[in-house]
Amino acid sequence: MFNFHKDHSNLVNVSLVVFVGLSVFVAVMPANDLATNNAPLPSMPRMTESERRGLAVYVSENCAACHTQQVRNIEMDKTWGDRPSLPSDYHYSKERQDVWRQSPSLLGSERTGPDLTNAGQRQPGELWHLLHLYDPRLVVKGSIMPRYGWLFEETTEPTPDAVVVPVPAERLRDSAHKVVATQRAIDLVAYLVSLKQAPLPDGTAPGFLPSPGRKESTASMTRPDALPDGGSLFVQTCSACHGAEGMGLPGAFPPLAGSAIVNDADPTLMISIILGGYDARAEYGVMPAQAEQLSDAEIAAIANYLRSSFSNDAPPTTTEAVKTLRSTVAPQTAILP
Amino acid sequence: MAFFLPGVSHAQATPTTANWISSPGVIGTLVLIGIVLLVAALVVGARVDRMLKDLRRANDAQKQKPTLIDHRGLVSDATSDPDIPLVDEKKTVGSLAMDVPEGLRRMILWYLGSAVIWLVFGTLVGQYVGMKFVWPDMDQISWLSFGRLRPVHTNTVFWGWASLAMIGLGYFVVTRTSGASVPSLRNGWRALWLMNGSIVLGNVLLMAGINNGGGEYREYIWPAMLPFALGLFLTFRNFYGTVKRRTIGEIYISNWYILAALTWTLVLVTIGYLPWYQNGLGETVIQGYYMHQGVGMWFMTFTLGLLYYYLPSAFNRPIYSYSLGVLAFWTQMLFYTMIGTHHFVFAPLPWWLQTVAIVFSVGMFIPVIAGTTNFLMTMRGSWSAIGKSYVLPFFLVAVVFYFVGSTQGSLQAFRFTNHMWHFTDFNVAHSHMTMYGIITFALWACMYAIVPRITGREPSQLLVGAHFWMAFIGLFAYMISLMAGGSIKGLQWIDGKPFIDTVIGSRPYWIWRAIGGSLMFLSHLLFAWNFIVMARRDRHAEHPEQLTTEPAVLERSPVTA
Repeated sequence: MFNFHKDHSNLVNVSLVVFVGLSVFVAVMPANDLATNNAPLPSMPRMTESERRGLAVYVSENCAACHTQQVRNIEMDKTWGDRPSLPSDYHYSKERQDVWRQSPSLLGSERTGPDLTNAGQRQPGELWHLLHLYDPRLVVKGSIMPRYGWLFEETTEPTPDAVVVPVPAERLRDSAHKVVATQRAIDLVAYLVSLKQAPLPDGTAPGFLPSPGRKESTASMTRPDALPDGGSLFVQTCSACHGAEGMGLPGAFPPLAGSAIVNDADPTLMISIILGGYDARAEYGVMPAQAEQLSDAEIAAIANYLRSSFSNDAPPTTTEAVKTLRSTVAPQTAILP
Repeated sequence: MAFFLPGVSHAQATPTTANWISSPGVIGTLVLIGIVLLVAALVVGARVDRMLKDLRRANDAQKQKPTLIDHRGLVSDATSDPDIPLVDEKKTVGSLAMDVPEGLRRMILWYLGSAVIWLVFGTLVGQYVGMKFVWPDMDQISWLSFGRLRPVHTNTVFWGWASLAMIGLGYFVVTRTSGASVPSLRNGWRALWLMNGSIVLGNVLLMAGINNGGGEYREYIWPAMLPFALGLFLTFRNFYGTVKRRTIGEIYISNWYILAALTWTLVLVTIGYLPWYQNGLGETVIQGYYMHQGVGMWFMTFTLGLLYYYLPSAFNRPIYSYSLGVLAFWTQMLFYTMIGTHHFVFAPLPWWLQTVAIVFSVGMFIPVIAGTTNFLMTMRGSWSAIGKSYVLPFFLVAVVFYFVGSTQGSLQAFRFTNHMWHFTDFNVAHSHMTMYGIITFALWACMYAIVPRITGREPSQLLVGAHFWMAFIGLFAYMISLMAGGSIKGLQWIDGKPFIDTVIGSRPYWIWRAIGGSLMFLSHLLFAWNFIVMARRDRHAEHPEQLTTEPAVLERSPVTA
């Protein structure tokens, strides 16, 4: 009946029908289920117009070639989010774009750059993002990200409502010029800053599968007095703005090397700034609060690292000191008026 | 045996980064790389052996010369050893040129010529984006930025180079093995222009910042991809029509693969672009399915079809087992289709789908081993031929990479290896190992085997050799550097090293990748030159009466049902 060797129409039809059947089973049906059967989390805000335009810029520049947006349910991905990603997380961002373009492939397959699931949580500073887009190596020395100069304009006289990016003068061809962010850059930053994992009701977050080979971390947990590695925490959390050498960036981020606050024998002000953020000086950008990102021990470790590095010299502090201050410092999540 | 079991299960339950090297997936990968090296050594050995023999013969001839001098002037040069290379080298030129209808011959050369142009362009772009990892400030032009150019590279080599080369070579196989002519050459030309147009339009749009959403290999928006799909449809009609008109009872196994590849890819493109089930993570499921099947059902299936014809004919031997080919065909369809989601292991996709993908990834061993066995057994007994011509080394590398690349891909789906390698440069190494090591080497082998036969012109063996070695060494440097760099990066991620340190640490590997990539690109320039030499119009074409010689080798290509 099925003489494939001699009957070409049988051969083609059978391979077609079986392939379509398998495809429907393994692709179309599960896809359809995921596409129709999900709702946004109650805590998830709708995307604003500006954020949606920013997403379009993200897609157009194909940021997903290097940046993933998925926190996998394995321990090594804890760096990128508080919980594994869920299908609902993508409810708003992965809608079909328009009649020409489909739902953006945000999950990505390459992590040449950091995962961006929680980019807005990690780095809420809009100024930082603008500088970083203009020239990534201004704020992250070893970065290999392209410069997105075409999202900015150079002008001698910016209009009063223009968003001026404080690029150091020596980086410009003409030092009289000012760098102004275009609407596309502002939209893209609005999108990046909006990237935050929506919280789940307590206790419902799925856990991470333990990662192979985290022996040393469990070992350090058994010694409660041992602090984590402040140096690597500094690189992860602080160096993007303050620089790997603690030199900051003039006009945008203050230096920590030689800082009076860091070198103060009493660490109270320093720890309070780390916990609650800081926006006291007009010439610098806003420092985001770290109380929710870092544990007491991690803050103490970073503080001790700073107080003994970059030629700084101040006595170490303790986890207990941070613990005491945490209850007194109001979490200033919104510093801007 | 029972003594070993607890130890084994323990090792699998708690693999650590400290003994990562002993993880089964890693060991398997190292063994596979070893196989590639072994093959390279074999080819080098064969070539050197032959060179030494030739030298010795030349020496002997010189030594004997004085005794053979003929003072009466009737004999000017004599040798006591009159066999190869004189006869061997000569017999491949001209006398084997085949009688291909002029219209078809011209069209095939145009398909292959377009493919060569896209190969050079696509890999130039690839080389450029590869260098951007080392020098990110190479340019400040939006149209040349990394994000926009990367899909230009991948789509050009996929749809431009590999697809057009496959279809061009396919026209020869389908007509030859069916003993029939193509129903409509006009549709063949239409398909060629539709597909070329699709690639030009798609690339310009990508560089202008207009893409479909960034999912790999479907970055072209649908109006740009539609002409390509129409081209595929016209090609299918032509191939199916030829097989339908065949003058031979059996459908040769190559045509199974080629017809199925076209059918499946038309289904694939349709499913990949229809919108109704692609909101939210629906898109991600389709993406895994589409990008994996693009490789498996289109490039791999079609190229296997080509190999089932060109490999036995180049070796002048029957295919070892027809039935193994049939087994590989059906298992390829069953297993390959199910494994797309292994690109999204640990992603928020249904767990059952990920399990199915991992399980069937292992199932892929069946078609891969069946295919590899078939090809290697067909080549057995012809190993001495490796020293004589570069066509055979190209085939050998393609076949070995078929085994190595495919099994390595299955190993990559394992739990620990996925932990370590996912999202790193290792993926890029894997895709070059397969798309370049298997598909591109196979297409070169087929082109070097057939183009001289239909034009009657041979390229210089020296340049073909240079092409082979530059491409092979380049690929090896590319592959090893990214595999090593990717593994180190993955282990550092697991250990929780700061991300930026892993970027800075990758630099030396990216430099080696750029060096390997440069070699690969330069080899493509040589290949383009060789192609021009082969494709130039030959006097045989104008004097068809010289083609009365029986088209020996290819005609006898065997059907042993």
